[in-house]
Parts: sequence; C-alpha cells; structure tokens
Amino acid sequence: MSVARFWRETLRRYNLGGSRCTDCKTVYFPPRSVCPHCSTHRRSIGRMEAFQLSGQGEVFSFTVVHEAPQGFEMQVPYVLALVKMVEGPTITAQVVDVDPNSVEMGMKVRAVFRKLREEGPEGVIQYGYKFAPIMRPVAGVHPPSDSEK
Amino acid sequence: MRDVAILGVGQTRFGELWDRSFREIGIEAGFRALEESSLTSRDISALYIGNMASGTYIDQEHIAPLVLDYSGLSGHHLPAVRIEAGGASGGVALAQAYLAVASGLYEFVVVGGAEKMTDVTEERGIAITSSMLDHEWETVFGATMPALWAIVARRHMFEYGTKREDFARMSVMDHEMGSKNPLAHYRSRITLEAVLESQPVAEPLNMLDCAPSSDGAAAVVLGPLDRARKFTDIPIKISASQIASDTMALMHRRDITTMDATVLAAKRAFERARLTRSEIQVAEVHDPYSIAGLVALEDLGFYPKGKVGQALAEGEIGIGGKIAVNTSGGLKSQGMPYGAVGIAQVVQIVRQLRGEAGENQVSGAVAGLAHNMGGTGATAVVHILERAD
Amino acid sequence: MEGVGIVSYGTYVPRYRITAEEVGRVWGVDGAAMGKNLNIKRKSVPAPDEDTITISTEALRVAIERAKLDAKDIEALYVGSESHPYAVKPSATVVAQAVGATPYLTAADLEFACKAGTAGIQVCLGMVASGMIRYGVAIGADTSQGAPGNALEYSTGAGGAAYIIGKEKVIANINDTLSYTTDTPDFWRREGQKYPSHAGRFTGEPAFFRHVTECARRMMAKADTKPGDYQHVVFHQPNGKFPLRAGKMLGFKEEQVHTGLVTPWIGNTYSGAVLIGLANILDHAKPADRILMVAYGSGAGSDAFDITVTDGITGFDRSAGESVDSFLRSSVEIDYATYAKFRGKLRLSGGV
Repeated sequence: MSVARFWRETLRRYNLGGSRCTDCKTVYFPPRSVCPHCSTHRRSIGRMEAFQLSGQGEVFSFTVVHEAPQGFEMQVPYVLALVKMVEGPTITAQVVDVDPNSVEMGMKVRAVFRKLREEGPEGVIQYGYKFAPIMRPVAGVHPPSDSEK
Repeated sequence: MRDVAILGVGQTRFGELWDRSFREIGIEAGFRALEESSLTSRDISALYIGNMASGTYIDQEHIAPLVLDYSGLSGHHLPAVRIEAGGASGGVALAQAYLAVASGLYEFVVVGGAEKMTDVTEERGIAITSSMLDHEWETVFGATMPALWAIVARRHMFEYGTKREDFARMSVMDHEMGSKNPLAHYRSRITLEAVLESQPVAEPLNMLDCAPSSDGAAAVVLGPLDRARKFTDIPIKISASQIASDTMALMHRRDITTMDATVLAAKRAFERARLTRSEIQVAEVHDPYSIAGLVALEDLGFYPKGKVGQALAEGEIGIGGKIAVNTSGGLKSQGMPYGAVGIAQVVQIVRQLRGEAGENQVSGAVAGLAHNMGGTGATAVVHILERAD
Repeated sequence: MEGVGIVSYGTYVPRYRITAEEVGRVWGVDGAAMGKNLNIKRKSVPAPDEDTITISTEALRVAIERAKLDAKDIEALYVGSESHPYAVKPSATVVAQAVGATPYLTAADLEFACKAGTAGIQVCLGMVASGMIRYGVAIGADTSQGAPGNALEYSTGAGGAAYIIGKEKVIANINDTLSYTTDTPDFWRREGQKYPSHAGRFTGEPAFFRHVTECARRMMAKADTKPGDYQHVVFHQPNGKFPLRAGKMLGFKEEQVHTGLVTPWIGNTYSGAVLIGLANILDHAKPADRILMVAYGSGAGSDAFDITVTDGITGFDRSAGESVDSFLRSSVEIDYATYAKFRGKLRLSGGV
C-alpha cells in the first residue's frame, strides 16, 4: 500500500477520530465532509466538526477468518467484526485477545492499538484500531497468593 | 423511449481457460451472439463491455477498443465503452446499452461482459476481489469479501433463526443445475454434507459456499423491438432495466441482512414491467456466496425474510416448483468471471424464454428476471425479460 | 528536585504466557528446574500484532486517562527499548500520534539495553525541573527475543510502562537521581543480528551487581538514607533471583524487594521491567512511602531514583487500564509451537 495513502489516514486509524454534523448531531466514522442524514446535504458542507470516539462498542456481527489476505496470514484464524460504537457509527475491525470460539453477538469491546500489517520485512509497518473484550473483574476469585501466581 | 429486444446471445465456457486470452474470449462471445442474431458486424452501432478489473488481473486497461479491434471492427471507428461496477459490471453495461437503444441513439448494439481471473496467484486474487470493498476502511482492517458475507450470514442467523443448511442448499441447487450446463465451470453435483464439511473460509461460510474464480465471457445483441422479428423468431423484450446503489461499506448499511439496492432495483423494475413476482417463472440471482443468493431471493420479493431456507428444503424452488432459480448453475457452479456474470445471467433467461435451455428447461417460461450485484451490495441491477412473440 | 515527579503511570503486558516447563519440554531440558533456578515461572508473549510501539501506546493511553491530562500538554516523549520495531524511524513518533500529542512536542527513541526507560525519566526530570516543559513522558517497553534453545528463551518477556513526569498533581516526588556508567560489554546485539549475545557469568558480578550496588550506595549516601528508610526497593530484574541477591548485598529485607519483583510471572521485560515493578509498588503505595528504584542496562549502567510518595496518591484514580497485579495473574497459556509462530520464529515475508 502506498506510503502516502496510509499516512493520510493515520490520525483516524490510530485514534478513531470521526466527525459530527453540527446540525443533526449524527456522528460518523470514518469522518465525512457531507452529512447523509440531513435533508439538505449541501448545507452540511463545511459544518461538520471533528468528533473523538470513545472506543467503546459492542459486537454487532462477526466471523472467524480462515483464508486471510496477504499480510494477515500469521493472525489466522482471526475474528473480523462489525462493532457498533456507543456514539452510533458501526466500524469494521478485528477482535483480538479473545478465543474466537468465545465471541458472542452483543459482546462489549473497547478499541486497542495494534499492528495491521507490514509491507514486507523492508516496508512500513501499518498500525490501527482493533477491539478487545472489556476487562471484567472476575467475581468470587480471591487474589492469588504468591505460590498460585 | 422505444422498446428494446434481445436478438441474439452467446457465451464461452466458464472455467480456468489456460489457453485462451482475454481478447480471445471476449471476441468469441460477441461473435456467437452476432451469429445467432444473423446481424453482421457492419450492422453494429456500438459496443458496451462490462469488466471489473482487467487492469489488475491482466495489466490491461482500456479494453473496450481492444475487444472491438480484435473483432475486426477498428476500421468502423465505433463507440466502444467499458463499464465497471464490481460484480455488477455486466448488468450495468447491459443497462447502459439498453438506454442507448431505447433512446434511439443507436440501432443495434453488442453488449458483453468478460473477465480473465486465473492468470494471477490466489493471494493476488483475494486482494483484487477485496478492492471491491471499501478499501480504506474495510480491506485495510482485514476484511475480505467472504468475511463480510459471513458477517451478513451470522446476523441473518441471529435475527431470523436461519441455519447453516439453509444457505448451504443454495450451493447444492446451483450444482444440481450446473451439472446439466455444458458451459459451466463445475459440472459435478454436490451434497449438503459436502458443503457443511468443506474447509472453513470465514465462519459460517465454507469453501463450497463460495463461488470460484473463473475466466469467461458472454454477450447479447440488442435492437429495437419493432424490427426484431427480422432477426430472430422469438424476440425477447427487456421489460425493465433498473440500477440501484447503496452505501459502499457493509457497516454503513441500514440493515446488513437486507440489500436495499436489490430491494429498490427490483421494486422499480417490477413497476416498470407492470408484473408481479408470481408472474416470473425463472430467475438468475447473484450468489457469489450461498448466503447472498438466499438473501437475494428475499430482497427481490420472492420470499419474506427468513423463509427461503424452508422453501429450499421443501423443494419449492426449482424446475417444476414455484420458481426456478439459477438454472445456469448460478455463480457457484456456472462460475463467476466478474464482468461476465451479469450478461451470462441474461443469456440463460433468454434461453429459458425461448425454450432452448436443454435439460434444465422450465416449461411455459414467459417471463424471467436477472439480478446482478456488486461488492457487498453497493450496486444492484435487475432486468426483467419477457417473450415478445 | 523540589516538587518534580510522577504525575501518572500506566502499564501494559500482553496476555499470552508460556511456562518454563513448556520451553524446556521442546529442548529436552527440565524446564521446571530451569524456572526454579531463575525464579521465573512463566513469561509474557506478544501476539503477532503487538510490538514495542503498540505496547508503549497502550501503557501511555492508560497513564493519560488516569491523569485526566490533555495529550496536547505533553511536550516531550521518549520511548526507551532494545526492540524498537524500526532500526531507523522512531517509535516515539507513532506513539505520540497514537495518543494525540502531535505535533507540538519533542520526541526521540532511547537505547540503553534494559534501562532505556529510566534514561527517559532522567531526561524528562531535567526538562521539567528547568521549566522547559510542563509534562514529559518516558516509556520503557520491550518485546525482546532469545535465540531458540538458548537460556534466554526462559526469561525474555514482553511488556512496558509509561510515566508522565511533571510538577503539577505529582503522586510521587522524585527527590533525586544519579547514575553509574562504564563501558562494560556484558550483553549486546550487533546491527543486523536477530538475537543478542552475552558474556556468560561475566554478566553477573562485574556487570549487574557492581553497577547496581555501587549506584545504590552512592544514591543513599547522597540522599543520606539507609535501607531501613525505604518501604520498597525495586531493581532491574533479568530473572527472579538477581534482585533478591542485590537487596541482600545492600542490606535490604526480602519484604522490601517483594512488591517490585514482577519478573517471576511475566519474564524479563527489559526496559519495561523496573518500571513495571515500580508500577506495582505505586499500585499499593501509601502517602509518605519511600521507594528506591535502581535500574540496570547492559553495556553498562545503573540509574538510581530516590522517590517519596505524596498525599496525591490517595486521590489518584487507577480505574483506567489494568493493575499490574491483574497482568501478573493473567495466564492464557500457549504451547511452544504457538509461541514460535507468534514470535516470528516461523516468519513469512510480509506476514504480521
């Protein structure tokens, strides 16, 4: 992938920087320059503001990918999901740090920062968002003693 | 706007055509269609050709004049136009050619679709297919075409109780039909068990839920209906030709289990044709993945959401059933050369309406529908064809 | 240094673990005995999509959220590691961009084997104390590797910690810092080599122990303190034994070393090690607790820090991120084959 084309989006890809229509307040990711929701679209041009997503969301649907594109082979099998963010937009991303067999519809997740792929051993490393299950305190489990840790 | 008819159809074999080049298969389909129509090259006013990705598959852009040239027509300096709309390239090319004839601008037009997919490695093929998705926000993050359709499948199962078997049956049906189509890529029949046990590609879709990469080309000749009888005994009228679009990325859809572009294209087409769903005897639906075919039958209005699986299981869909679907073998069995699919679907419908469909003939077929889709449903095009004799 | 110190901290350790037993199994060695020898039960393993940059980013994001800081107020950012993903192109710029601190800040990568993180803290201390900046960030993170079959395979873990240094809302004052630095080639890696080399037993007494003890003694002399004045002492910890021995040599009791010793459960996280150990102490610290931190980096050098926890720690909200204890308890165990796959010992070209 072209260095410039990936670089252009790094602020969005690293940080989930979206946009919001100042009129109807709908939040978008990736950011848009025109609001598809407002009935007079042209009026929204120049009136979309930057909006930082929190990274909190839930799994709307998912799959476990076995045949990977180039650059993703070492991650197979990986979970790819549509994640519905609490602010409204739905994002396409991998879900990591979870056994693929334990992913469930509606599972709560949060954004994490990971490598997406590398352009070979000589090329640029591409980073971006993925999602991991929200840590939950494990109820009823005493903190392990040193011998158990 | 005048009525437009199909005067001739032609198609190459679909498959891994190692010995055939892109231009060779393009020309073959065109000449077969012309021959059927008994028109000569001199009668042609324009060429429209649907093609998804010649630039990446064979390093060749600008393929419309290429095909026209190698058909021997460079001296005629005809308009030659390439159309790209992902997997819907063929259907959209047909829609443009239809408009050209309907408007009166051109008399007789050849419209084809061609794709040569097998010269590249499998890995490269995955990347090229993925370029039909939202590259910056789907592909970059690990999405592939089967992965996104698998995501559709899982949501469909979640919302409607659809089972794996329900969409796996689309593949079984496609192969049942394709086994009797001499031009099909895969001519073997497959069992439901074989589909369910084949290697996972993106859960819940397995290898046999997924259409192959194929080489192939198909073409039709269009002309005004009021002159059609001079060139063909059974003119087939294009009663409707409607395109609709939707958000590029699957994640931005209103409802990922419904392809709104298909719904709208079908709605507009049935309104134009002034027909109801029950008046269609044969349909070709776009099923690059078994789930896509199942969803298409819902979105086209033939079945309510969640009811296709049952219909397939009970044998309601098929020759002698309520409606015959994918008698060509569909994308799974006949094959899926992206640019050619939309035209090949129309070729099959024409053969059905003319009574030329061989072992898969549906008796009394007078109206048919072809549904062609691009990407994960960002483009859909529906054609309704009727016998006009 | 009056009033300059730690404003916030965050840590991140990848979730996968491999036990010493499992490593030993593949090489025909009694892994459990090896583990006992080193006092390392298991080590952390980064997933194929993790590296020093992703670990640093996760740790810093936690630190920023805990401090409720505007990332744009960070004016300096240093990532110290011996496993930077690029040989040329700083980890620090990716991390800075990923936390939203760009563009008005200075950034650079540091390398000093296992003490590149604390070197960064010293830089930030100077910049804050002199009034040059309000907030600086120092991160120590690593995903170091041991050659297959080498003893290092039992100990090389992955992890990192980020510290925000400033003058405002300080939770722990860094009273003073000093270092002991010599040219001592105990452990090194030449450019282009995949795995490091070391000088065997030379890495012990003339390297680790000499630098750590000399540095600690001089720090305590300057601060006019004795071991008994400290609630906690944390050393660099290439295994679970060296810090206990160093503590003994200096006159510390085992309870004082205990909380800062994290290597037994996550392996040696190199530039992350002493800083993750410090974080575990800060997770449990009370106001007025005094801490001696003594880092060590091969090559060689030791950085000592005399730290006093302030009242500010009582109001410090740690709900963002995970506690160090939680990382120590994580045990998603993998086998050697998965470990080899994750660690790129079975590398495809271009594969992440």
